[in-house]
Amino acid sequence: MNFSQYLVDAFGSLTSNKLRSSLTILGIVIGVAAVVSMLAIGQGAENSISNSINNIGTNLLFISSGGGPGVRVTNPKPLLLSDVTVLSDPSQAPDVEYVTGVLNIRGDVSANGQDTSTSVVGVSPNYAVMRNLTVAEGEFITSDNINTRSAVAVIGTDVATNLFNRTDNIVGQTIRVQNQLFKVIGVLESKGGGGFGSQDNQVLVPITTAQSRLARRANRNQVDQILISAASSSQVQAAETEVTQILRSRHHLADNAQADFYILSQSDILSSASSITGTLTVFLGGIGGISLVVGGIGIMNIMLVTVTERTREIGLRKALGARKRDIRAQFLIESLLLSMLGGAIGVLLAWVISNLIAQISEANGTPITPSISLNAVLLATFFSAGVGCFFGLYPANRAANLEPVEALRAE
Amino acid sequence: MGEGIKMDGNHSVIQAKDLVKTYKMGEVEVHALCGVTLTIQRGEVVSIMGPSGSGKSTLLDILGCLDLPSSGDYILDGETVEKLNDDQLASIRNRKVGFVFQSFNLLPRSTALSNVELPMTYAGVSGKDRRQRARSALEAVGLADRMDHKPTELSGGQQQRVAIARALVNNPAIVLADEPTGNLDSKSGKEIMELLLKSNQERGTTLVIVTHDPNIAAQTQRVLHLSDGELVPAEVST
Repeated sequence: MNFSQYLVDAFGSLTSNKLRSSLTILGIVIGVAAVVSMLAIGQGAENSISNSINNIGTNLLFISSGGGPGVRVTNPKPLLLSDVTVLSDPSQAPDVEYVTGVLNIRGDVSANGQDTSTSVVGVSPNYAVMRNLTVAEGEFITSDNINTRSAVAVIGTDVATNLFNRTDNIVGQTIRVQNQLFKVIGVLESKGGGGFGSQDNQVLVPITTAQSRLARRANRNQVDQILISAASSSQVQAAETEVTQILRSRHHLADNAQADFYILSQSDILSSASSITGTLTVFLGGIGGISLVVGGIGIMNIMLVTVTERTREIGLRKALGARKRDIRAQFLIESLLLSMLGGAIGVLLAWVISNLIAQISEANGTPITPSISLNAVLLATFFSAGVGCFFGLYPANRAANLEPVEALRAE
Repeated sequence: MGEGIKMDGNHSVIQAKDLVKTYKMGEVEVHALCGVTLTIQRGEVVSIMGPSGSGKSTLLDILGCLDLPSSGDYILDGETVEKLNDDQLASIRNRKVGFVFQSFNLLPRSTALSNVELPMTYAGVSGKDRRQRARSALEAVGLADRMDHKPTELSGGQQQRVAIARALVNNPAIVLADEPTGNLDSKSGKEIMELLLKSNQERGTTLVIVTHDPNIAAQTQRVLHLSDGELVPAEVST
């Protein structure tokens, strides 16, 4: 007996009991749709998170004073603007391309009688290149602004909308930060949302101006953070080593002493975020997998009923010369057909679900684009075939091992 | 070849010696056959009679290679049966035995044509050849115009004709009929018997018919009487 004959037979027996077959298939449809769409959502979340991390710049190192997460350091030395100057020196740190100090300042910003709560950040001109920021109108902070400590600001589009109800024709307006007047010299191009603190909701001022007028720090020279970018991704490691050496010697640390600053690289953030989303994906896929197993048990159940119902038919086929493997193949192909049909419909359903979720998440302002990868589809196909085989084998073997005499006489 | 049996060589289709079949029902051993020895010649028409429980069905199961004897020798058309495994038995049934059952045993979802094709699919006959042979087998039993009907659309007599076509289509050495007219009215029953006997006359098919009906047994060349698992002379069983 050849394969197409088995297939025709299996199809015939499935269509002869349409309601039962479609309910059995439904179990697999739900299982496969769950696995594929869960994996797609996990993948989509991972993509959108890594996108927003990549959005903050390229090959960045974030240096902060103190011991880093979970490490206590007593009396850490602050980071200073003079550290920034030294790190900018190519002869001392050849793998470092750009450096900027960063000062984070609290305070409401107002204009036109409108108030908005936002973050005010003191930065140097390099900041624009390092964080991939471009100005939509006007210009970014210049070295002149730095040298003269000018009261100027570059604002994000959210701030512009909140204060002026528009995003263009804003250059030349004045805003108040901590009740001091700043002239708007530029508006940043919108970068869109992203979990990492919207870059559209910030006010950038020259770091020197921030130090002298806005920040109340013990040391006027102090910066909160130093941001460094390496010239290329292969130089990130070398840059980190150079920065560590320079800061250790400037802080007069002994060779074995705990560093009183810590360096976080962009790739560290990326890898820890993707390990979280990876876990999430596995977790979601696992939940889907459970429903697939339940669907498989449904197949086994129905196939056992089918074998019992068709005992006489099995006996007859054996009397007419069917070998064990003919009977086994017949029932195995029937359960495979059930599970593969379910798998195919399940992938289609997953596609519909993913698109639905994409639209819902976009409507809610946190766009996740679920991506159904070829891998997920192949996985689901193999998995549903595997489920069909695994849960079909026992009923098929039971059918194959029936004694012809007893099967023929069965009622 | 089985030892001890060397009779008329090519002329006998069935050579059985001392067939014993014992079932275990719980602790009790049931002797369904207690040493049956029989020979059936090629082209012979033989009927087996006996009260229920006499072992007719068991004997038929063994002759049809559906079951193996507990002991004894059985040679079917030159092949020693008792040592074969399940798959070899399936192959023997497929090539050498045609079954006709009391309750027809057709596949309900398949057409008459597909039902007749079934033994050939297990024999590995190609689709085109299969179809053609099934058609001529159905024509031979007078069902040329019913080939695409399903069993539910056929009368009992017509269903049994399909079953006979199915039994003959692989050109078996022997056709075993278990009460072939038992579920039919007397007119259809008569037609079915005519059909079976015609296949014997025209193709020389060896027929073994199990029956309760003395009228049917009267149409066969030889009647075997079975009682309590043993062949007995005619007077004792009647």
